[in-house]
Amino acid sequence: LGHGGGGRATADLIGRLFVPAFGNEVLAALEDQATVRLPGGDGVPAPRIAISTDAFVVRPLFFPGGDIGRLAVHGTINDLVVGGAEPLYLAAAFILEEGLALDDLGRIVASMRDSCAEAGVILVAGDTKVVDRGKGDGVYITTTGVGLAPEGRSLSIRDARPGDRILVSGTIGDHGIAIMSVREGIEFETALESDTAPLGGLVRAMLGACPGIRAMRDPTRGGVSAALNELAAASRVGVTLLEGSIPVRPEVRGACEMLGLDPLDVANEGKLLAVSPPEDADALLAAMRSHPLGRDAAIIGRVVAEHPGMVTLRSVVGGERIVSMLSGEQLPRIC
Amino acid sequence: MDRRAIEIIGIVQGVGFRPFVHELATGLGLSGFVKNRAGGVRIEVEGDPRSLDRFLAELTSRPPSPARIEGVRWARRPPRGEPGFRIEPSAGDAAGPIFLAPDVATCDDCLRELFDPRDRRHRYPFLNCAHCGPRLTIIRETPYDRERTTMAAFAMCLDCRSEYEDPRDRRFHAQPIACPACGPRLRLLGGDGRAIESGDPLSDAASALGRGRIVAVKGLGGYHLCCLAGDEGAVAELRRRKHRDEKPLAVMVRDLRWARALGEFDEEERALLASPCRPIVLLRRRPGAPVAVGVSPGGNPRLGVMLPYTPLHHLLMLEVAGAPLVMTSGNPSDEPIAYDDLDAARRLAGIADLILTHDRPIHLRCDDSVSRVVDGAESPIRRSRGSTPLPIDLPVPCPRPTLALGGQLKATFALGRGRHAFLSHHLGDLDRYEAYRAYAEAIGHYERLLAIRPALIVHDLHPDYASTGYARGRPAELPRLAVQHHHAHMASCMAEHGLDEPVLGVTFDGSGYGLDGATWGGEILVGGYLGFRRAAHLRYVAMPGGDRATLEPWRMAASYLADAGVGSSAIRLRASPAELAVVRTMIERRFRSPPTSSVGRLFDAVAALAGLRPRVSYEGQAAMELEWLATGVAADAAYPFEIQQVQGDGPPGAPLQIDHRPLIAEVAAEAGRGRAPAVIARRFHSTLVEMVAEVCLRLRGESGPAKVVLSGGVFLNALLAREITGRLTREEFRVYRHRKVPPNDGGLSLGQLAIGAARDRS
Ligand SMILES: [Fe+3]
Ligand SMILES: [Mg+2]
Ligand SMILES: [Zn+2]
Ligand SMILES: [Zn+2]
Repeated sequence: LGHGGGGRATADLIGRLFVPAFGNEVLAALEDQATVRLPGGDGVPAPRIAISTDAFVVRPLFFPGGDIGRLAVHGTINDLVVGGAEPLYLAAAFILEEGLALDDLGRIVASMRDSCAEAGVILVAGDTKVVDRGKGDGVYITTTGVGLAPEGRSLSIRDARPGDRILVSGTIGDHGIAIMSVREGIEFETALESDTAPLGGLVRAMLGACPGIRAMRDPTRGGVSAALNELAAASRVGVTLLEGSIPVRPEVRGACEMLGLDPLDVANEGKLLAVSPPEDADALLAAMRSHPLGRDAAIIGRVVAEHPGMVTLRSVVGGERIVSMLSGEQLPRIC
Repeated sequence: MDRRAIEIIGIVQGVGFRPFVHELATGLGLSGFVKNRAGGVRIEVEGDPRSLDRFLAELTSRPPSPARIEGVRWARRPPRGEPGFRIEPSAGDAAGPIFLAPDVATCDDCLRELFDPRDRRHRYPFLNCAHCGPRLTIIRETPYDRERTTMAAFAMCLDCRSEYEDPRDRRFHAQPIACPACGPRLRLLGGDGRAIESGDPLSDAASALGRGRIVAVKGLGGYHLCCLAGDEGAVAELRRRKHRDEKPLAVMVRDLRWARALGEFDEEERALLASPCRPIVLLRRRPGAPVAVGVSPGGNPRLGVMLPYTPLHHLLMLEVAGAPLVMTSGNPSDEPIAYDDLDAARRLAGIADLILTHDRPIHLRCDDSVSRVVDGAESPIRRSRGSTPLPIDLPVPCPRPTLALGGQLKATFALGRGRHAFLSHHLGDLDRYEAYRAYAEAIGHYERLLAIRPALIVHDLHPDYASTGYARGRPAELPRLAVQHHHAHMASCMAEHGLDEPVLGVTFDGSGYGLDGATWGGEILVGGYLGFRRAAHLRYVAMPGGDRATLEPWRMAASYLADAGVGSSAIRLRASPAELAVVRTMIERRFRSPPTSSVGRLFDAVAALAGLRPRVSYEGQAAMELEWLATGVAADAAYPFEIQQVQGDGPPGAPLQIDHRPLIAEVAAEAGRGRAPAVIARRFHSTLVEMVAEVCLRLRGESGPAKVVLSGGVFLNALLAREITGRLTREEFRVYRHRKVPPNDGGLSLGQLAIGAARDRS
């Protein structure tokens, strides 16, 4: 088994192994969350609920702007909200490595409690297991979220259509670069913070202003490029981004250049991508910008009929580059 | 009296072959007939046996220029006693193998007409005949007939029609036949793409050029951007508008006399310049050549020169009174040449002041070929217009129709059918959407034109090459074979020379995905098509930032220094202290620093250490500058290095490791003492020669093969190629270099095909 950097290797694994094994439409849709209907009857309507689960293995456990606990809450509820659901409950499983400082665990739990309160969800179930020293990086957390999926609301990465606009809620790459710099002990000239945040409020504001939004995604692992490649494949459309329009902090851009990274490939934890019909894009952008988590929102590109399944980036000086979903490892290609 | 039936396959249709046969037979007093059939021609001739022998000999030894005979079969037949020799109508029989002609430069007969005031095609920019003119670039479908070319829209006038139908005419069945009365016409557009009223578009374009303007000119395979090569300001403006870094620009000159004023050339180079392919030929730049410095900056001792290859070019060069013109493809750097009229108007807007165009559509874009002569033999740099799609012979025939997909940069693909490998034109960097689209479309186009439906796909082992992605996109039931990059390089050179026995493959390269997941590029392999053993390689060093390190040689210098345990300073490396600190941490923690054994990156490091540029604007620039510096400096001592058997958990027969730490320490020390960069450059070349020689000798001692092939992009370095050849030849190795395809990734698809064929067979 190779490394799972969130790139094509992971996608291949899911497509080849997991989807066929569990063969059902909900899983096969490969959305970030599953929407299912509970049985109704006796005059009780069958409620629609959304479920999402995510495992967190971040190193270090504490980083500027957050910690693994916050991340474990945000990651799962964000997957629910970008699908249009209202997150309600959370369950969490902890795999603790023998020797983990109790103090650290205490801080993580407190941070999770605060994050739940902030996002308006309740943690209702949990489990802990302890593994031998050396078999885990301190703590791994898996969270599962359950939320209500309002009737009639459907957001799906299969619904993008040519002409639609692509919006991003703010600067990209902050989380990934912040984590790398503390983990690897690389000091960039300006300190960076993770952007981890609960996106429920922003999404409510967006859906309020623009109910016609077609799809949303939080570009976590694999970054904007993985999220849009999945969208392009699922909707059988192309996506063309405009280089100059993508918000990137100068310090993130600088760090990416140093590390040989494309900001489009770097993980985010408090950002979302939205696909909107062209006529709604400006109103949506205004609604996003008036929310604190969407201040730097921008229209970064559009959905096109050409090159279905492919994402391209049009540069400022002309010329268009393919934004590919790479295997997940860094493999030089210039020969 | 004897009668013989002769079947010929190859490029023998629409190239004046039947008139040639007619003339030959009548001249020898033979009777019979000739007719086209699918994939070739059929001839039956009758006469005395001696004349028949001569007929066969001359048929194959001096066919008209674009023709290429790929196979001849003949058998005796009972004589019929028929009178005279005739050209029979084509036979509509079962499909045979299809061959296509490349585009051919204007022939001498057509040139005479072009400049003959009494000829009806005097100054007509689109004249051609069966021996010259556009082919590949105008064909929509096969068989190659006018209605399936972009000339279909032009109805022949009566004069043209009678030439076209006369078997004794040079234009008999010349599909693109045209004249001023019935053929394509020039038009002039403004920089905004809007038509400009002009009585003489050609002379208006020429006078704009004369005033230092930039003019886009629609040629054979696409649009060129042109300006006066002698005008420093115009050249600088062209580079600025095109965002073209520092890559050298090609220059078109009117004739060989003008070529002589710009560069020095010998007989081989003259022949290459004037060949029907008309490639851009790299010549030794003449001191004081009337060409702006900006044409090939950075101390480049060479100049890319080409002769006109279409009537339009000839006329244009005449109109500008022979002034050499820069001719660079009309596109942003690394994208394929603009060719579609609407697209060109869009893409060239803001770059060209004027667009000289015409109404004969280009169906297939095709960049110019680039070549040079090393040691008296051609050494191609880019095999494209004029050469493609001429087949190259494979040493092992393909059991099934096979498609080989090439690499990532300088991409070409190849289709294999039997013993023929049809390599595509140059398609550029597949990261570029335009290039990738052109690549995918061209694969479909070639498959249709050549009627080859691949039953096997061969691609590079690299999971992230766009060509590998293309392979994944073909139907899953099509078998796929992944080939290691340097194995393909080695096989490419072997295939050219028809070698099918174990060889030593010295593959010096930029990068390629290795069997161990590392980035290879300094490999000495032993093997053949079926497999290889990695016999030796450069010691791994970190490549901080991956591909980023290729554009910033100072990073590689920092990495090699760290590996050699030599201290470095930001000032020496010309990086900021903050940058150096980050890169050092990356190297130390092996973070985003994949290991590489690339010789290209060693070149970069030495160039940076010697004081050359810390950053480059295109891959390989530092290495080229190091070569230029070293060229012309007398041979000198080599730097120290070590060769070790890699110990540890490896299997027996683990590869030899070429340890460059002593070399790096010495280069750093010399640079510190202020040694001239040219001396360091020279000694570094000698060191690589010694490394190769020592490894090859050790391997021969272990009963390794005595034949050596040199491949990989580093062998574009003529000094290195020449010296390694010389050194190994003195040690009684047989050394083979590329003659037909480039040593860089442009030749990869040929090697992939050869490996695919051999593996498929076994
Ligand atoms: Fe290569
Ligand atoms: Mg997630
Ligand atoms: Zn001609
Ligand atoms: Zn005519």
